Amino acid sequence: MPASTRASEDVVRGDEALPVRARGLVKRYKEVLAVDHVDLNVRAGDVYGFLGPNGAGKTTTLRMALGLISPSEGTVELFGRDPMRHGARALEGVAGFVEAPRFYPYLTGHKNLELLAALDGDGARGRIGEVLEIVELTPRAGHRVRGYSHGMRQRLGIAAALLRRPRLLILDEPATGLDPAGMRDMRLLIRRLADQGITVLLSSHQLPEVQELCDRVAIVDRGRVVYEGALADLRRQGGAGYRLRTTDDAQAALVLRAQQGVEHVIESETGLAFQAEERVVGELSLSLARAGVGILALTPELATLEDLFFRLTEGVEGNGAHDAERTGGGAEAAVEVA
Amino acid sequence: MSAASVAPGAGAAPLRARLRRPSTVTIWRWEVRKLISQKRTYLGFGLAVALPLIFVLVQNLRQPHDHGRGGDSIFTSQISQSGLATPVLMLLFLSVFMLPLIAALVAGDVVANEDGNGTLKTILTRSVDRGQVFAAKALAAMLYAVIAVFLSAAVATVAGVASWGFNSITTYSGTVVSAPRGLLLVFAANACYLIPLLTVASIGVLLSTSTRNSAASVVGTVGVVILLFIVAQIPGLEGIRPYLLTEQFQSWHGLLRTPTDWAPIWHSLWVCALYAGPSLAAAYLVFLRRDVAGG
Repeated sequence: MPASTRASEDVVRGDEALPVRARGLVKRYKEVLAVDHVDLNVRAGDVYGFLGPNGAGKTTTLRMALGLISPSEGTVELFGRDPMRHGARALEGVAGFVEAPRFYPYLTGHKNLELLAALDGDGARGRIGEVLEIVELTPRAGHRVRGYSHGMRQRLGIAAALLRRPRLLILDEPATGLDPAGMRDMRLLIRRLADQGITVLLSSHQLPEVQELCDRVAIVDRGRVVYEGALADLRRQGGAGYRLRTTDDAQAALVLRAQQGVEHVIESETGLAFQAEERVVGELSLSLARAGVGILALTPELATLEDLFFRLTEGVEGNGAHDAERTGGGAEAAVEVA
Repeated sequence: MSAASVAPGAGAAPLRARLRRPSTVTIWRWEVRKLISQKRTYLGFGLAVALPLIFVLVQNLRQPHDHGRGGDSIFTSQISQSGLATPVLMLLFLSVFMLPLIAALVAGDVVANEDGNGTLKTILTRSVDRGQVFAAKALAAMLYAVIAVFLSAAVATVAGVASWGFNSITTYSGTVVSAPRGLLLVFAANACYLIPLLTVASIGVLLSTSTRNSAASVVGTVGVVILLFIVAQIPGLEGIRPYLLTEQFQSWHGLLRTPTDWAPIWHSLWVCALYAGPSLAAAYLVFLRRDVAGG
């Protein structure tokens, strides 16, 4: 097949393929199963949150995605190309960093970017000034990286990624170690990049960050994906919560506990909290009225990502959550287990 | 961070046709620039420069009638007669331990250091193949060894000639050669010494790639040289001596005979190939397949 034909086929295939597609990804380190049959589907335009507690296998998965480590089983493809088979070609249009971005401490920020631009080719060198402006490092670009703060190195990492004009940006904990202003700026930058059509795969511990930025998420725990899908779906499936203030909270609590379909009733000084479906809440208001309890306030509260994250990753015995997800039960079943 | 002017622009653009990827020469140039930017690089060069200068200084302080004592080489007795004896003697002294150490300083560090600092993952997520990065690193380590050898030779020659003149010199076979021809032979001998030295560097690259530890690689490389010297001294193992890497350190002597004795040089070439070839091939395979998780 002529090279030009093959190249154009690649382009077509690349456009149709998912930015990240992992199937049955496994990584074993002797006895330790770091990543356990992970499936991921990052679609074009996603800001995709990759969540999990420390040691859940997030960074290992990202390393496999970037071709830095080889999977023990399974495959991961970037725009249809497997880094293990296609090498550097699989990283065309892909940029980012795993763990903290690393640079040559004895070179200046600018020289580091020159080096990386040389390794990118494709006119990347001409974009150095532009990306330094974006991350606001121009005034310090002439200083050695040895003297950079953590935040400056993170920003240089973003600049290095942007040199590649990526279609997919893989960022591993980009806000870690940043002060509140730096975290806010990082979120703004990621949002802006996403708005320009760059697909972002964001690994993060910062649940507010994910909640603010991401439209789809995967939650991993002990190497396994316990949820993958839209963040909105996850929150819906997490069950609606309500807060209730009444004229007699003690009596109201008895009514709540007696009401079918009401769960997780919690009493506190500020009122009551419980979970129930919307139709049950209608019946509940009638029951309270019959019991002579006046409703002062009844307000719905969607479960926060933090609630759902902990429900999915804590107290899940065995693999129930994962099995539920794999069998189609999704987060709902996982939450039930929790 | 400026959120106002995010300029990459290619985010939504279709995947461009095959990108023009950098050549291995480009990567190699940057490896060299990295070496130039590190203080450690100058430690080896410093030794390569300082030792000939110390030698010449000490010889200048000695009484003329002392020259020739304390050495069994034909060139020892010519120290004060021809400045060209100095680079030959320096090669004789440094070739056994110091130049292999200098070569190991960079070769043993060239991969392990980047692995430990995490910069290996930085460069391996750019538009270059692992094979290109490996080739560039190995070539940079080799270049360092080449420069160290010729730097030492140049300093020794200049210092020797400045002290004792640009005179003819007597070779191992007792033939007197003119100063210009002697100079040519000095640099040819150094070039010939590169055959085993680059083999030492290849072993250093292998250890650097496989151990991921700079100190262990540098020490390990020198350790291999010392081990082979010890093996050469063990009674009963005389039969394998011609095939030991360390025995090839003396192959350049063949150039300082008249007529030139090419046999040890050809022998050195193929013996060294037996060490360097598998070392580089193994290092290459390890580098291609290894998990990069350092830093």
